[in-house]
Amino acid sequence: MAPTPPATAPAGPGPAAPPQDEARQALDRFDRAVAAETRIEPRDWMPDAYRATLVRQIAQHAHSEIIGMQPEANWITRAPSLRRKAILIAKVQDEAGHGLYLYSAAETLGVSREELLDRLHSGRQKYSSIFNYPTLTWADVGAIGWLVDGAAITNQVPLCRCSYGPYARAMVRICKEESFHQRQGYELLLALSRGTPAQHAMAQDAVNRWWWPSLMMFGPPDAESEHSARSMAWNIKRHSNDELRQRFVDICVPQAETLGLTLPDPELRWNEERGHWDHGPIDWEEFRAVLRGQGPCNAQRLEQRRRAHREGAWVREAAAAYAARHGAGGGTPAGPEGR
Amino acid sequence: MTDTEPGRDWPLWEVFVRGRRGLSHTHAGSLHAPDAVMALRNARDLYTRRGEGVSVWVVPAAAITASSPDERDAFFEPAADKPYRHPTFYEIPEGVRHL
Repeated sequence: MAPTPPATAPAGPGPAAPPQDEARQALDRFDRAVAAETRIEPRDWMPDAYRATLVRQIAQHAHSEIIGMQPEANWITRAPSLRRKAILIAKVQDEAGHGLYLYSAAETLGVSREELLDRLHSGRQKYSSIFNYPTLTWADVGAIGWLVDGAAITNQVPLCRCSYGPYARAMVRICKEESFHQRQGYELLLALSRGTPAQHAMAQDAVNRWWWPSLMMFGPPDAESEHSARSMAWNIKRHSNDELRQRFVDICVPQAETLGLTLPDPELRWNEERGHWDHGPIDWEEFRAVLRGQGPCNAQRLEQRRRAHREGAWVREAAAAYAARHGAGGGTPAGPEGR
Repeated sequence: MTDTEPGRDWPLWEVFVRGRRGLSHTHAGSLHAPDAVMALRNARDLYTRRGEGVSVWVVPAAAITASSPDERDAFFEPAADKPYRHPTFYEIPEGVRHL
């Protein structure tokens, strides 16, 4: 990683409201930097709308990682073997880490994590629609790894080249870890698929339930995506929703074949002319209902997050009080080492 | 929500990690923690979970002063009139070795 400025721009002479032509120059510089694929860094000037759309996207991405811990953690105590249990715990720990990287990236844009959590808790910001679906069987843990993390990777790999430096760097780190999650999910499903008939049926049932919601993770069709055009012009997004969805379908079909499982779409067929797999229509009504908060688990997910925050308040206060009494640096075990 | 009181967030810390074979600490990211010890522990869990490093520094973000991008060009101007700062400035006769 190249030397980077600290995540949060420390206090200093901020960009004071410049006169008209200075604003134009700043915008020109910004446009040139984006066109030249140079990264925009926290203290660089950027259009307000660019800043706002990044705050929205990165924060909702962070929220998704945090809420996404719930459906999988649901199975930690019930994992069928110690190996599977250890893997699942490590994975959920990674998700927490991803949330932290992303909140840090969002904070470089001048918002506080506290404020973002408040927006999540009050429902003003969303998280990925996928985490509003329940994990009904152990096989769901595998389907989430394979399909949900697979869709996430397809979405996120292009974000490693996103124009905003801190976001791009967070994504590099996250993508490395997500690919391990996807592999563990695939391996889990493979074990079930090759197991007893009951295990095979459980794996197939999980794939049946998670396939369509996974396709919805890429967002609405291009024609209806309100942020797409601008995000693509700003190099925040590098490919359209439909392009990424198609890429994901093309990747999954042969993987399903190796698993010995089918995808629940009777219209799925190879299109020789396009060189892609055609798929059936997506139920956008369901997607919109989930986004409106009317999915199967919306209320439960949000309430669990609020409760954890509410019931953890006294612990956070205790930590703050302890730090205040002993000094923020108090009790450092050793000075900087390895100079 | 009343349980998120403004201004009660823990301070932000910047994390620097030196890799196993790394010669210097590199900025890895940042995190919130109430004090340095917790920052260090969380940095260990967050940024060195897969053997990424053997040494971690945490610094309160507020303690860092950064150069301003607006003054970037002037601030980092390499002083082209001082070529004697570069080794290629000095002419050494042919055949002189180990210099």
